[in-house]
Amino acid sequence: MKTLSDKLLGGKQGVLGLALLALLIMVILPLGLDIFRLNLVGKYLTYAFVALSLVLLWGNGGILSLGQGMFFGLGGYCMAMFLKLEASDPISTKIQTTPGIPDFMDWNQLTALPWFWEPFKSLPFTILAILIVPTIFAYIIGFAMFKRRVGGVYFAIITQAIALILSILIVGQQGYTGGVNGITDLKTMLGWDIRTDSAKYILYYVNALLLFGCIFLSRYILTSKFGMLLLAMRDKEERVRFSGYDVSDFKIFTFCVAAMISAIGGAMFTLQVGFMSPSFVGIVPSIEMVIFAAVGGRMSLIGAVYGTLLVNYGKTVFSETYPELWLFLMGGLFIAVVMFFPDGLAGIYQKHARKIPFLKRWVAEEKQKQTDAHASHGKVGTKLGAEA
Amino acid sequence: MSTNDRRRFMTKVGALTGALLAVSMVSGMGSAFAEDFPTAKVNTTKLAVTDKTVKVGILHSATGTMAISETGSIQAEKLAIAQINEMGGVLGRKIEIIQEDGASDWPTFAEKSKKLLENDKVAAVFGCWTSASRKAALPVFEKDNGLLFYPTFYEGLEQSKNVFYTGQEATQQILAGLDWIAKEKKAKTFYLIGSDYIWPRTSMKIARKHIEQHLGGKVVGEEYIALGDTQFGSVINKIKLKKPDVIYAAVVGGSNVAWFKQLNAAGLNSSKQTMLTISVTEDEVLGIGGENLAGFYSAMKYFQSLKNPNNEKFVADFKKMWGPKAVIGDVTQAAYLGPWLWKAAVERAGSFDVDKAVVALPGYELKTAPEGYVKVDPNHHLWSKLRIGKWRADGQADVVYESELIKPDPFPKGYQ
Repeated sequence: MKTLSDKLLGGKQGVLGLALLALLIMVILPLGLDIFRLNLVGKYLTYAFVALSLVLLWGNGGILSLGQGMFFGLGGYCMAMFLKLEASDPISTKIQTTPGIPDFMDWNQLTALPWFWEPFKSLPFTILAILIVPTIFAYIIGFAMFKRRVGGVYFAIITQAIALILSILIVGQQGYTGGVNGITDLKTMLGWDIRTDSAKYILYYVNALLLFGCIFLSRYILTSKFGMLLLAMRDKEERVRFSGYDVSDFKIFTFCVAAMISAIGGAMFTLQVGFMSPSFVGIVPSIEMVIFAAVGGRMSLIGAVYGTLLVNYGKTVFSETYPELWLFLMGGLFIAVVMFFPDGLAGIYQKHARKIPFLKRWVAEEKQKQTDAHASHGKVGTKLGAEA
Repeated sequence: MSTNDRRRFMTKVGALTGALLAVSMVSGMGSAFAEDFPTAKVNTTKLAVTDKTVKVGILHSATGTMAISETGSIQAEKLAIAQINEMGGVLGRKIEIIQEDGASDWPTFAEKSKKLLENDKVAAVFGCWTSASRKAALPVFEKDNGLLFYPTFYEGLEQSKNVFYTGQEATQQILAGLDWIAKEKKAKTFYLIGSDYIWPRTSMKIARKHIEQHLGGKVVGEEYIALGDTQFGSVINKIKLKKPDVIYAAVVGGSNVAWFKQLNAAGLNSSKQTMLTISVTEDEVLGIGGENLAGFYSAMKYFQSLKNPNNEKFVADFKKMWGPKAVIGDVTQAAYLGPWLWKAAVERAGSFDVDKAVVALPGYELKTAPEGYVKVDPNHHLWSKLRIGKWRADGQADVVYESELIKPDPFPKGYQ
């Protein structure tokens, strides 16, 4: 049997991968970059939460969600509502017709705070809401879809439609949501100015720690028996069902966990960037997040983080260097990755890590372990995906 | 003289007057040499200013859905900067441009603003177009104490120390236009239609108040359609049922094309229906097609066809730089004012420091603007005139009305 630490860290190879990533995120980047660039990396890393959730959902569960942006957005909006209320105290909004409510409400002729905004005056409620609201939302969607055995392409299309509906709803209800502008001009959190350089450093590290927390959580899920079932469901759903498992419950659970992880990313995004807008809820961002996961390698948790960093780094560098051509370069990058490295960055690592002598032994040991693990789980799944 | 020859002749005349104007401006201003303004003195806040150069940013969408609208602004700003450099730059320093792409994505505007201000330390940024992009970038400008020149006509309700608004705020564009159409067309009933976001909604709120309280008219319908929506069937049916004297429209972007084509298909062309829009400039007409629009009215502060020496020079220079087919809309002209106003601010302050430039600019009168005389108000908006243009099938407008100079009022009392 595997020990808990094995499960969390994923064996020696996993430890090496995690250590490298931690070194990069916790030490190299903060030392090597000025605060402006580091804040950008922090922003990218919030997308990594979503890419991570897609590795869980899509890479391992075979459930392709093209609407993860909505959970990212829900988490972000919950946080933004709290920060906006704090920024809209009666003194700083005294030029409004109704002081004390967010500025966009005043512009839309609202004269009182809507009831569902009220609880967001409390930070504990907000944190709870960030975790719970997207999860409940995912549960409802998951329950409606998976219980009826809607899967595959149909599920992808429906999630996409729901993401679109949600973004249209947010844009349309601008008196309550800030509309297409989003919720902007966020300043402080419990009196702590989130725009200062020191706050940015702190938020960067909080974000990084949460990201590692989510990697551990995902890895724990994937290495447990549940993870085995997930793989089995992906490859032969009917067989798992006939073995007596309720496939839909597992799928709903995974979908909910993925939603919660995405929402944490969204909340951290709002804190680090200082605003939230519907452009993170719709179809385009949702598909972009799938691309991050694909570039990183959809089976690999750590690959997802690297994929997100690489794509966004490319975006920033290309668009700064060639403001009018950069989209073509990005397109070229995606095509190249999909054509030459179908398993993404993690695929490259897997292929070449074996050739480095001292890694060879570890990989071999790891393979042996995995085979053992298989034997002990004899009932389900024979194909275990590459997991970096 | 063939038309072609005549056009060429006119261009030459335009270029000549242009050159004369430039010469007179240089001599009028007196020469500024960098030696007279040591860098240590004019730049105490570590901006990107050297003895020879000063860096500024241009931040618009060069890609994505807004690129079609924002390209004109980029071109106008580059033209103005090139002209300023030809005249010797600002405080004897050549302007260097760092262009960034907002990619029609509001968070990207915030990211790139941060890059321009914190990394590149630019002395000013000319940029943003949609309200959403400005709202995203604004906190960055306020925190880093940057300086933004924003060109688009917009909803008002904003005034920031760090922003100068070179377009019109809502009341400047709406009130005089409604007064004109009520008087000229004896209009009593109005149908309001707009895209569903903050600018049309605020504009319609002001329009409704003005129609009901000051014109004694009636609003018979108010309709908002989602951004990018192209289905106007039900709206058009309602309009046919209500038979309003005037359709008052603020439909933007791609929806505009569908809106005018479907109106025409339903038989509501300008011979049967009066329409005043506040969202169609020469740039949009390119996409909509002049024939779908001929006879309808737009309320703007600038039209390419304006007849005055400043504008003739501006149009000629613009076409010389960006090709004879380039068209110039209201926002493009407003964007052109940005670099000139910034130059004036810096020279009046004798310093590139944002705090000093910001207080130096209000009260400044720019007499060489293509739209004519403009003045900077203490509230950071411009005094300007409103014009009503009647569209022709060739995509240009005949200016049929020109108001007095209107004071900007971003927080209009009685209209909120």
